[in-house]
Amino acid sequence: MSDQLIHDIQAASQTLKRPDGDAYRSLAVPEIQKIAAAAGLSGREVEVAALEIGIIPERYTRNMKSLSAAEQVKLLNSTVSIVGLGGLGGTVTEMLARIGIGRLNLIDGDVFEDSNLNRQITSTTAKVGLSKADTARKRVAQINPGLSVTTQQLFLDEQNAAKLIAGSDVVVDCLDSLKSRYFLAVACRNAGAPLVVAAVAGLSGQVTVFFPGDIGFESVYGVPGEMPEKGVETRLGNLAPIVGMIANIECAEAVKILLGRGNPLRNRMLLVDLLESTFETIDLV
Amino acid sequence: MGTQIVMNIQIKLFASLLDKLPVNADQFPVADGATVADLVTELDIDPKDAKLIFVNGRKGALDSVLAEGDRVGLFPPIGGG
Repeated sequence: MSDQLIHDIQAASQTLKRPDGDAYRSLAVPEIQKIAAAAGLSGREVEVAALEIGIIPERYTRNMKSLSAAEQVKLLNSTVSIVGLGGLGGTVTEMLARIGIGRLNLIDGDVFEDSNLNRQITSTTAKVGLSKADTARKRVAQINPGLSVTTQQLFLDEQNAAKLIAGSDVVVDCLDSLKSRYFLAVACRNAGAPLVVAAVAGLSGQVTVFFPGDIGFESVYGVPGEMPEKGVETRLGNLAPIVGMIANIECAEAVKILLGRGNPLRNRMLLVDLLESTFETIDLV
Repeated sequence: MGTQIVMNIQIKLFASLLDKLPVNADQFPVADGATVADLVTELDIDPKDAKLIFVNGRKGALDSVLAEGDRVGLFPPIGGG
């Protein structure tokens, strides 16, 4: 970090008070953009530099103290792949951008359709026919233009899965087919990347986490030959509340894995039934 | 001949399987030694639809043998995203 950068960040920061009265040094969003432009850095890099000298980018002040400054730096230096940018993926992208995951790799070859509008948060009437990946990238840029975003406008399959998720610290499955989930799980296992898996149908949903070497995807969903392409969502559809809820649980799992905190749903599966208002966690091993 | 011993279990069905939930799901009688497969047949559920089976909060299988008071959950394959 250059002395000039440290000087610029310190000069642009101000002392503010948290709601609990604790004082801290804060760096406002426009200041980050100015410093980044002058230094030829990304906003993300300026945010990291500020946090490393104890100055909190104001956009993350409500992340403190649930996250430490060091943890915020860790998230800003992390790469998360979001595979599928429909109902689950749109919300996962939104939430991970807001919490401050520094590098997002957004994967989907699809375009929005009328039938997405009931639940997919990035879809709007005007976006029908447009790329989901491109729309998600623009959404992240609106939330925080300083984040690093790559988009891959492809459908994940057996051939391209490894390449699509290369370099990820965590992968979040937001796919809509059982078969492609299997290929994703294999690619993550081979790449050594933890995978957050979820699926929804009607008003029910499931979330689990696979670390490489953990009990396989097969034990939960069956072996590929016997696996149906789609599940009962083809009959039940998907309602917005379960989609948003399960997506948010996926985000919490991804953050916990990145930070090594809490108790991720590893070897366990959360089952949610919003019709009966039940939430239960079962042991997979 | 002999009286078949009957025990009661609790059933929880998810998603599309809810249509098959019996009214006495909280106290559902099954024969002693019955398996999850027997229960699935009794409930008129296609075994392919009993994708995720759990018994007392642990992953089970169609051949899991049931015991008095067991809580059995069945989830069909779901893949939506």
